[in-house]
Parts: sequence; C-alpha cells; structure tokens
Amino acid sequence: MAEHLLVTDGGLFSTVQDLGRFGYQRFGISASGAMDAPAMGIANTLVGNPAGTAVIETTLKGPALTVEAQACRLALAGAEAPITVNGEAVSAYRAFDVKRGDRIVFGMAPSGMRSYLAIAGGLALEPVLGSRSTHSRSGVGGLDGRQLAAGDRLDLSMPAPSGPGLELAPDDRPKPDGAIRVLLGPQDDAFTPAGLEAFLTTPYVVSSRTDRMGCQLEGAVIEHKAGFNIVSDGIMNGSIQVPGHGRPIILLADRQTTGGYPKIATVIGPDLWKLAQARPGSSLRFAAVTADEAEIAAAAHRRQLADRLGRIAPVRDETHRLTSERLLGLNLISGVYGGEEDIPLQSPQT
Amino acid sequence: MTSHHPATLVPRFLNAGDGGLTVEFGSEISETVNIAVIALGDRLAARNPPGLLEIIPTYRSLLLLFDPVVLPRKTLMAEVEQLWSQPHAPAGRHTRWHVPVLYGGEAGIDLGVVAGLHGMTQDEVVALHAGADYRVYMIGFAPGFAYLGGLPAAIHTSRRTDPRMKIPSRSISIGGQQTAVGPPLEIPSGWQLIGRTPAHSYDPTRTQRPFLFQPGDTIRFEPISESLYGQLRAAALAGELVARPEDVDG
Repeated sequence: MAEHLLVTDGGLFSTVQDLGRFGYQRFGISASGAMDAPAMGIANTLVGNPAGTAVIETTLKGPALTVEAQACRLALAGAEAPITVNGEAVSAYRAFDVKRGDRIVFGMAPSGMRSYLAIAGGLALEPVLGSRSTHSRSGVGGLDGRQLAAGDRLDLSMPAPSGPGLELAPDDRPKPDGAIRVLLGPQDDAFTPAGLEAFLTTPYVVSSRTDRMGCQLEGAVIEHKAGFNIVSDGIMNGSIQVPGHGRPIILLADRQTTGGYPKIATVIGPDLWKLAQARPGSSLRFAAVTADEAEIAAAAHRRQLADRLGRIAPVRDETHRLTSERLLGLNLISGVYGGEEDIPLQSPQT
Repeated sequence: MTSHHPATLVPRFLNAGDGGLTVEFGSEISETVNIAVIALGDRLAARNPPGLLEIIPTYRSLLLLFDPVVLPRKTLMAEVEQLWSQPHAPAGRHTRWHVPVLYGGEAGIDLGVVAGLHGMTQDEVVALHAGADYRVYMIGFAPGFAYLGGLPAAIHTSRRTDPRMKIPSRSISIGGQQTAVGPPLEIPSGWQLIGRTPAHSYDPTRTQRPFLFQPGDTIRFEPISESLYGQLRAAALAGELVARPEDVDG
C-alpha cells in the first residue's frame, strides 16, 4: 500500500514549498520557494531532513490530514499554530510521531502568518524544473501546481526514521522584531527627497491584499520625481516597487520576474522571513543599510541559522521543562497556571 | 551583425539588495542596448563564477542574483567590469523560430479593430505582421511570455484603455510598438489580440526545449488555416515543439 497523508481540509492556503526554482527566471518562471526559509530549515532539521526538503507551508490556518501510512515523523516551525493529533495538542518546534489512522488538525495561528510542516523523508513529488515548490499563479510544481484541497493524497518518500525526537528550545526560536532592513535602489533616484524620507521614517501597515506574490502596504505616500513608468526590468525577492498611487508593494517569493514600476529599495535577504510572518494589519518600519552592511548582515544571518540548527537536540527531561520554562511561558500568556502536558507552548513575544 | 559595442555603452551598477545587482546599459528600448545586455549575460554565464545564481536579461539591464556569502558584491562587480573591458567576441549563432499563427476570428478578436484603426483590411494587417522579422528582447511577466521588437510602424497600435482580466493562452498580441507571443496560460493584458499560436512557448513536461525562446532569438510568424491549427494543436499537446527552430549565424 502506498504510504501517504490524506488531506481532509486544505486550510486557508497550504502549498508544497522547498528552496525555490532557480535558473529559469530568465524564461519568465517565478522562483517561488518557502516564504520563511529559515523556519522551513528548522522544521526539516527537527525530523532529520536536509534543510531544503519540500515541506507544507500553511497560511494562518493549516490543513487537516489523516495519516495513511505505517508511521511518520513530523515537525512544525514558523508561526506557532495550534496543532492536534487525535484531539491532543502537540508542540511546535518539536518532532512528533504519528501512525496510521491518526488525524492531524491545524488551528488558527495566534501570531505570525506561515507555519512549516516537515515530514521525515520528504514528499514523493516529482520536481518541476528542478524544484517541488508550488507556483499557483502559473500552475507549476508541488501538487498539480495548486494549493492543497480536501481529497488530495501526499505520497511519502520514506519510512519515518527511528531515534529520539528532536526539539528547538523556546529561547532559540526566531522572533521577528526590529525594522525591516533595506538597501536603497535600483531606482531610488526616481523619488523626491520627501518621498524617500516618508519611506524611511514613517510606519507602514500590511494591507489585507498580501499574499505569496507581494505584500501591499498602507501608509504615507511616496512621491515620485517624474512619472512612475520605467522600461520593465528584473524583480527580485524583496524588491519594493512604488506604483502611481505612491504606496509600496514588496514583491516576494511568487513575484513576477520583471516589472515596470520604479523600485525604491530591496529588503535584504536576512529580513525576508519577517515579511513572511507579517500579518495584515501589523505595522512595520524600514531602515536603510549600506551595501557593505547588507553583506555583513547576510553572513551573520547565515551563521546564526547554522548555530540555531546546531542547537536542535533530543527532547530534554519533560519534568524539568514543565516546572520552569514551560510553566513560565504558559503563565505569561494566560495569567493562570495550566501545566497540562498537551497545551502548546507559546512565546508571548511572537 | 557584430557584437562590438559602442564605447559609450558602459554598464552602470545599481543595488538590488544584498543578493542582487542590476547592470544597466540604458533607460530606453534599443536593439544596441539589448545586444549589449545579452552579450554580457552570455559571457557571464560562460564564466559562471561560483555563487552566481541567476542571470535575468531584460530590455536594457541584467539583474544578477548571487549568494553574497559566497560571491561578494565587489568581486562580482569586478568580474563584470573585467568581462566588459576585454575585446568582445563575435556573437554566436542564435535561433530563428517559425511560429504558426491562426489570425483573426475567435483566435484574434481584435484583428478587425486593428485593421479599422489603420484603414486596412485584416489580410493587409496579417501580411504586414507575418512579413517581418522580430527580435526577442526579453522574456518576462509570465512563463514564456516573449516581448518582441520589429513591428512594422504601419500597425503600431495603442493598448486597450480597459485591460482584460484574462486573455486566452497562446495569444499573439500588439501593444504599442511591440508584439508578443503569449504563454500557455491565461493572463491579464491590455494588448490587442490578433491571433493565436498552437505552440507552447513553455512546457515544463517537454523533455526537449521546455522553453522555446531566448532573448536575442528572432521570430517569424507563419499564417495557418483553422484545420492546420487543429492538427498542430494536437501535436503541441502531445509534446511536440510545433514552432520550427532554425539556426542562424550572428
């Protein structure tokens, strides 16, 4: 019998993603890939996969799945959505095992936007142009190029590994904070000094029109110097274009490959994951860095992620966790002592 | 045609994030500029420095995506400058594509509008459109969407004032001074639809040439009948190229 996960509810917008599709943007193919790649790497490491193995990326509320496989090890990272197995809560950032007939149900994420469910051994999906990432606008990759829907079956590659379950301690989990760092350009000279100042000094609010292609922002109008049409040129992950209405749109994983609005700045790679977790209605600020600072930040980000993955370790003594960090975390959230073993740990900062 | 670039075409570097560099040769649509863009892209691809992830040629600039931890920006800039300052080799061979098109009718619902605007018959528009050689300036917007230059001035036609939210896949359209081969997808567009090709400009399941066109290629359109369109459509669905490639010097 084929081993698979049966989707009984697709959730709000759940797709298969990996690191993305590279080498084909010159042919108009969007890169796609996990919006919060560090979280995908953590989820994969928790189940013993290489960091770039294809995972399920969820949006606010993930899918419901029935296990139609002998045994399977899973882990969730990114937004700490409540997740239950047969009605019992399991923790994010800690691998958990399921068996045939188990029902996995996602609740609404209390904070953040996107969660990553990694499956030990990965998903048995054919790569398209070198990647299993879904680009739903062009119908490429993942599961028939679309979001998960009830009735889908996700074939699994390999049996779950044995050995102890791994976890990432609460203090080590990424927390999106601070300004979004940008490098001005390539067309920052298309804006007035007042326009640049508005962009860098006033807060912007994430609009409800935000998805994997782009994040539209509400806030102070950014004034163009002369017109807002350029001869179309290349777009990258984090390009911030400003159309005629003067409000910025940040282009993200599912972006088109070229565009004809001036781009005031580009979000630096280390901060892209923060946008992946920015919910509609949340506020953000931009801070300009120099090209040299951006390069240093990229190297530092890479080191920090490697260090974080290195601290993923077998689950420690449950009793110890219950009496210190875990209860403290619960108390900060709810104001009362719970201590039920199955209540998911939540960080108050995220 | 040679690829010796005028000395005035000196690339300008623009920041595009920690992992992006725009190499810009101009701000207008021009064949000279586009030739320079493609030549530099080809030479960079041949050199293939470690850490260079993607080369995206457009009308007038190259967007280079790179891993800044492996390939520092200054190293990449030096690489580009060095490649550019060396004597340029003659352009290599490129492909001329013969692309079958069913013009007018349901396949090209704006052909009558275009003809009317220019005081021509529909056949005259088709003869002009299919009588020219087009340069592929850029692939962008959607998978396999080819922006073409070389449209005869007599049939330059403004975009529609009300763009359509969805146009049929594989549309052949006119937008201002440009014409285009549409992707095998429904896309939004304000361009005038004059025909439709049975060919898939991109097909990820096709083992040979998943993408037909590259910037620098040339395209000639060949009018076909409705019955031939039907036959070629079946062939395209079976994975055949349908559009015919021809190697051309220079």
